[in-house]
Amino acid sequence: MKNDNALVSQPTYYEEVQRKGYSRRDFVKFVSMMTAFIGLEQSAIGQVAKALETKQRMPVIWLHFQECTCCSESFLRSSHPIVADILLDKISLDYSETLMAASGTQAEDVLKNTMAKYKGQYLLCIEGSVPMGADGVYCMIGGKTSFQILQEVSEGAAAIIAWGSCASNGCVQSAKPNPTGATPIHKLIKGKPIIKVPGCPPIGEVMAGVIVHYLTFGRIPELDRLGRPKAFYNKRVHDTCYRRPFYDAGLFVETFDDENAKKGYCLYKVGCKGPSTYNACAVTKWNGGTSFPIQSGHPCIGCSEENFWDNGRLYDRASSFSGFGIEANADDLGKVALGVTAAGLAVHAIATNFGKSKLIHDHETEGKESEQELDS
Amino acid sequence: MANKYLHIPRLRRVYVWELPVRIYHWLNALAIVVLIITGFYISNPVALLSSKDASQQYIMGWFRYIHFAAAYIFFFNFLFRLYWGFVGNKYANWKQFIPTSKRFFHEIWAVFKIDILMLKKNGKEQEHLSIGHNAMAGIIYFMTFLAFLVQCLTGFGLYARMSSWWLPKLFAWVPVLLGGDILTRKIHHWSMWYFIIFTVIHVYLVFYHDYVEGRGETSSMVGGWKFIEEDVFEKNLHQTPNPEKTEVEEITKH
Repeated sequence: MKNDNALVSQPTYYEEVQRKGYSRRDFVKFVSMMTAFIGLEQSAIGQVAKALETKQRMPVIWLHFQECTCCSESFLRSSHPIVADILLDKISLDYSETLMAASGTQAEDVLKNTMAKYKGQYLLCIEGSVPMGADGVYCMIGGKTSFQILQEVSEGAAAIIAWGSCASNGCVQSAKPNPTGATPIHKLIKGKPIIKVPGCPPIGEVMAGVIVHYLTFGRIPELDRLGRPKAFYNKRVHDTCYRRPFYDAGLFVETFDDENAKKGYCLYKVGCKGPSTYNACAVTKWNGGTSFPIQSGHPCIGCSEENFWDNGRLYDRASSFSGFGIEANADDLGKVALGVTAAGLAVHAIATNFGKSKLIHDHETEGKESEQELDS
Repeated sequence: MANKYLHIPRLRRVYVWELPVRIYHWLNALAIVVLIITGFYISNPVALLSSKDASQQYIMGWFRYIHFAAAYIFFFNFLFRLYWGFVGNKYANWKQFIPTSKRFFHEIWAVFKIDILMLKKNGKEQEHLSIGHNAMAGIIYFMTFLAFLVQCLTGFGLYARMSSWWLPKLFAWVPVLLGGDILTRKIHHWSMWYFIIFTVIHVYLVFYHDYVEGRGETSSMVGGWKFIEEDVFEKNLHQTPNPEKTEVEEITKH
């Protein structure tokens, strides 16, 4: 295999941009956008530009396990063409089942070469969860289970990005009863920096932002307690939602076809999970800043939150209570429990008048005697 | 004249609930009622018939504001009660709530037999004589304190990300531990039902004890007084969970 040479000569990102035919102006626009997305101030634009001009491309291995490739799709549709062209298509990806031309032995060799040559340097991006059930046979590539591949490739990775809800928390395939034993990356790999970028899919600009941050500063971005980049997952969708004033006012959509829905009231009562969901949807929006679910009249389903498939119905705030049928929610059960309690107390009250009749009678007699004494 | 009424027992007045305990109790009751009402609204707001613009009203905002204000009162009141469990009188002491002796469980069983199953002994109706809490009440209050803790943890956990104060931020780890706000919110909502059912049973039992025993159960949380028959008092026949060692022998003998 002679693709060794291709790996050795490393152009910088800026060189690649130029070769691709973009102007300096396009490049600076891209840099400004990225700087804003990763939450840096204006003065950092120079720093980001310099990093992209001088730093050699970073080798990236992008693995696909149990997933639907919606993360890749989202990434490819980042609003700025340079994201797709440069970060993905042209430069970074040494290995990606979806996007590379090579297949079979060739592809596996690329993977091996990259791993050997850039041991401890490459960025490992993972899309999808790892099935651990039945010894991992549910997802195998080139005769190896996902877990074997993950262990081998993560060994020499500088950092790991867990793309999407699959890799960060298991997503739909880990929903009960989780037949394949789908497991997120952070539960399998210890001792490596792991950046979780949850969402189904995550926003393309957010994905690009995470990579650019890593390129610029050579270290992972600041993460919150759940391991997500603070720049994008620090705020609830609810707190950045443009419909928030309707929530505070108490004005809600009651059904999807009512007058309130036409007026654009808050979607809280039709199941919006925005108040419990941390993501940048309401700020960055989707498809180049066109819209996001709530803007198009659909409640947030909380796709970037852990276990969102099992967290109750999508169009209802009331949480269903597993083990008591599909329709039972906490309040239904509470009312039943309250009814049972009231009935129990009523029975007890009646029983008291029989079981303690002598005591009650004696006390009454005592009291009456005292009353009479007062009169005399 | 006096001889005629000798069979009527004289009652001793015992100062059971000190003023801080009474204030705690009613503040707590008020906070819980407010929290439940506002909590129900927040979880499922009523449809508002209003043609006003969003900028002209703040209904949900006020409900949330009152909920959070009541939560702070509830929280600090709870902390105060924990403190009082160490410095208050023996009826307020933590040992009334947490079993530290076998006798505590024996008393729970006795209360169960007398007040719930209403068993008679040698054909005679029985009374369980306790001045403060009986052991059954004590352990249920302990469970209630645990429910307080759950509500404080989950409630402030949800509130932490909205707050800039360090105190709620101390609870930021709770949703992290539970894997997100969605489950945290659920637990917060489910636990509320414990308070509703507790309140119903609690109020019923206050009436029950007053009705059957006539020792001032209901008014005790207002004035602090309960009454106990002179002979019971002098012979030390009343029950108290986790009594001092000297009392144990006498009571178990009885």
